[in-house]
Amino acid sequence: MTAIALSDYLILGALLFSLSVAGLFINRKNIIILLMCIELMLLAVNLNFIAFSHFAGDIAGQIFVFFILTVAAAEAAIGLAILVVLFRNMSTINVADLDQLKG
Amino acid sequence: MEKYIFYAFAAILLFSATMVITVRNPVRAALFLVLAFFTSAGIWLMLEAEFLAITLVLVYVGAVMVLFLFVVMMLNVNLTPVQEGFTRYLPLGILVAALITAEMIAVLGASHFGLDIVSAPIAHGANYSNTKELGRLLYTVYVYPFEIASVILTVAIVAAITLTLRRKTSKFQDPGKQVKVRREDRVRLVKMDAVKPKPPAVASEETAS
Repeated sequence: MTAIALSDYLILGALLFSLSVAGLFINRKNIIILLMCIELMLLAVNLNFIAFSHFAGDIAGQIFVFFILTVAAAEAAIGLAILVVLFRNMSTINVADLDQLKG
Repeated sequence: MEKYIFYAFAAILLFSATMVITVRNPVRAALFLVLAFFTSAGIWLMLEAEFLAITLVLVYVGAVMVLFLFVVMMLNVNLTPVQEGFTRYLPLGILVAALITAEMIAVLGASHFGLDIVSAPIAHGANYSNTKELGRLLYTVYVYPFEIASVILTVAIVAAITLTLRRKTSKFQDPGKQVKVRREDRVRLVKMDAVKPKPPAVASEETAS
């Protein structure tokens, strides 16, 4: 029975990341699911950081994950606040309907 | 044994991530995201990041996902137009995801980061405290980024409250009026002589007579 290699964790993180990228593509209409996909992406990145931190024996990677968690919590709070304001003004969360800026 | 636990956690994590991106109901997607966070907290425990695993459960499952569920249930979204285009973008999504996976496995695979290249570290003893080490580093070397993180959280809470505050129905301060106010609007000075009032017993006798 061999131990778990670093590549196993990295490939798991890669699979999680690409799943969330696929989620961004197939859920192009629903902003809530898009925000959840971004959270999943950050989770995959954090997994990579912690795996490298563990195998390199350097705890600074975990510090970085700590700050990513902080920023992700702030991002989720502001994103959901924007979503609530958007729904209050437009009565929709469909991305196709949000063309006010005519970009 | 450890490897089987890792594969079980990995399978649950990938399954819940797939359910998050494919399920139709946003409430179910949020609940599967909770499952994904719990499972990855277990994987982080296997990587000896105990403090961050508990933080993930507390912050994400306890705060962020509750916020998500709150917003999802509050918005009352009509689901039918939101789901259109699911099959249309599915091939593109699968293609991009497969490309990203293939590239990352080519870079991060066992030929570059396998056990024979990066050996497994020796596990820490029972008296090793991950929280203590993290705190020691966080409050000495990284104390300045730590302060910036707290500022970011403060900005986030101010921004979230400001965005969702309804001015019409709630009480709020008008800074223009606050600046324009003068002392005469607030304080009235009353000039009166410094006289000592009569003792109350005498006063009651006077009214009786």
